[in-house]
Amino acid sequence: MFDVLLARWKQGHRTMRYPAGPPPELPERFVGRPTLEAAKCREECQQCVAVCPTGAIGFGPGGHTIQLDAGRCLFCRQCETACGTGAIAFSRDYRMAASRREDLIILNATQKAAVTLDEASRRLFGRSLKLRQVSAGGCGACEADTNVLGTVAWDLGRFGIQFVASPRHADGLLVTGPVTENMRLALQKTYAAVPWPKLVIAVGACAISGGPYVDHAEVHNGAASQVPVDLLIPGCPPHPLTILDGLLALLGRVTS
Amino acid sequence: MSLAPLPNVLNGHAFSLADCPVLPMEQFRQHIVEGVAAGGRLSTLFAYSVNPGRWRLFAAIAHANQGDLTVVSADAGEQYAALTPDCPQAHLYEREIFEQCGVRPVGHPWLKPVRFPKPQACGVTDFFQMAGEEVHEVAVGPVHAGIIEPGHFRFQCHGETVYHLEISLGYQHRGVERAMRGGPNPRTIHYMETLAGDSTAGHAAAYCRAVEALSKARVPARGQFLRGIALELERVANHLGDLGALAGDVGFLPTMSYCGRIRGDVLNMTALLCGNRFGRGMVRPGGVAFDVDAILVEQLRQRLDSVTRDAHSAVELLWNTPSVMARFDGAGVVPLELCDRLGLVGVPARACGAARDVRRDFPYGIYRFTHIPLSTWHTGDVFARAYVRWLEVQRSLAFLREQLDALPEGHTIEPAGPLAANQAVVTLIEGWRGEICHLAITGHDGHFAAYKVVDPSFHNWFGLAMALRNEQISDFPLCNKSFNLSYCGHDL
Repeated sequence: MFDVLLARWKQGHRTMRYPAGPPPELPERFVGRPTLEAAKCREECQQCVAVCPTGAIGFGPGGHTIQLDAGRCLFCRQCETACGTGAIAFSRDYRMAASRREDLIILNATQKAAVTLDEASRRLFGRSLKLRQVSAGGCGACEADTNVLGTVAWDLGRFGIQFVASPRHADGLLVTGPVTENMRLALQKTYAAVPWPKLVIAVGACAISGGPYVDHAEVHNGAASQVPVDLLIPGCPPHPLTILDGLLALLGRVTS
Repeated sequence: MSLAPLPNVLNGHAFSLADCPVLPMEQFRQHIVEGVAAGGRLSTLFAYSVNPGRWRLFAAIAHANQGDLTVVSADAGEQYAALTPDCPQAHLYEREIFEQCGVRPVGHPWLKPVRFPKPQACGVTDFFQMAGEEVHEVAVGPVHAGIIEPGHFRFQCHGETVYHLEISLGYQHRGVERAMRGGPNPRTIHYMETLAGDSTAGHAAAYCRAVEALSKARVPARGQFLRGIALELERVANHLGDLGALAGDVGFLPTMSYCGRIRGDVLNMTALLCGNRFGRGMVRPGGVAFDVDAILVEQLRQRLDSVTRDAHSAVELLWNTPSVMARFDGAGVVPLELCDRLGLVGVPARACGAARDVRRDFPYGIYRFTHIPLSTWHTGDVFARAYVRWLEVQRSLAFLREQLDALPEGHTIEPAGPLAANQAVVTLIEGWRGEICHLAITGHDGHFAAYKVVDPSFHNWFGLAMALRNEQISDFPLCNKSFNLSYCGHDL
């Protein structure tokens, strides 16, 4: 008993003050929201397109203006290195969540994606959101950094957000993974078992677009192929702070 | 009939396919059965297509006592006499071969699907069943109660007691090995880094060592050191996370809470190296993609100190708390003899007293110069699996400190060139879960003609099933966590 109390004293108070205080410090090499400066792009060079593992970089409309799909991006920075002109750069901005898929298409250096939820849902879920997590082909990294939000440092419970053991107890699903063919039915059934009204949150490049597995015959390129998605959180995997920011923005607890 | 000795190969050394004998099936079987009976382990066994419709079996037997491997192959035809009755280590490999190629191992006792590729419905198959009064069956998954990957567990119970557990996986199957063929390409390294997300450094290192062997690249010393640091940080983070989760499964909240956070601190150390908490982008063919300066080394040292201090205070509570030890002691026992027959690897094997660690038995990279003492325990139960983790955490922390103090000067990476044609290589790595085995074969064009991945979970899932025999079903979460195996690493 004395050991337990002594350890408790030694370990101290660890829950962060965010969002009331500043967010936790991110590592210097943290890779956040990509930014583009189309004016610097020599569109004929295509070096970035050649090195991108997931085809996240494209040219449109009219095939002229560079765009980067943050929902496909693995944040490997290969494009940034390959680009000789500085048209592509990765910022340290951790806030990347969006409600609409098209908002993840990066066109410039300043755009911000909007996270929206209708007023009725916000009133309903704003102070109590119970989620059922479904890993549908996820590698375990998105799952781990979602799980970490439950630890004492992040203490997700203080926002009324909690992961529950049954879809019957849930207000929504948090989906990770590209949705394998072998998990398709299980995901559909889990979604069906959640009572209305319900939300779906897609976490990570796989759940948004298929990630590294995009267009594999064994997967379905993300959660939206099976269920309607209300919030997309990019990353491979997203930092816990990016996930938390997305959840809080959805509930109107931080401004998006 | 006595067998002609075969030339052996070393961990991570490329060899010409022409040097790998294609034996008659009878001799191929005999090499495997005798090699394993003499203490070898079947590190990989798979079939690959030599011509459309023609399959060649390929096996690598690892000899820990001499630090090398025997590789053998044989043309399969439509069927062959199954190895499993004579060599139980082959059981899942042979199911996989049948599923992927249709080559039938005749006499296999339980020839069931492994990953249910299209068009099979995942999990729809025969399960072993018990009959009798008061016998009942419990089905769990694929969607589980926590934040965890999917898999299906089928228990045959009498009252609370589990007589048999059958584990049916495949829900995470993403087609990694199929997509590896024809590589390397820009996606290849990302397949490796997401093969099992918590083993990013482990699988990336196994892949990079294969590429380096096939392209004759030399990793600079500084690159080897930093790779070792990434690998051991991965081990420490996951082991500490598991110790916390084990505490949680027996309702001991102090250690659960502390370890959950300390694990995060270790992941953040990896993020200091490469910007990503799981080590994405760190290990690359030819070395590592990120260097460290004196300031970063000092930062890592300080964090290492605080992690060491906090981990001691958090984990040692477990061994001093009777309510924890009452649950850990004697739960989910795997006897050493069974462990060897099944070919278990990693922590579950060392917890049975099996002295088995790739870092020691088949040293590679940094481990050729700096040795990490082997950690074993002898009871084979949940306690042993927890305690071996703690021993390994302490030794890895000491190793990390040593490497940070002794970083050699120089580059961190010498980019690898194109791969040699018609070569093969076996790379073994001691990932945090155990032996990771990658086998790459290049074709005439210097691209991968076959790429086989064996995650440690592939060997160990059956160990978990056996550990549950005669246990209470309520101890399943605890036993499961004490193995903490990868679903996606198995399903590929």
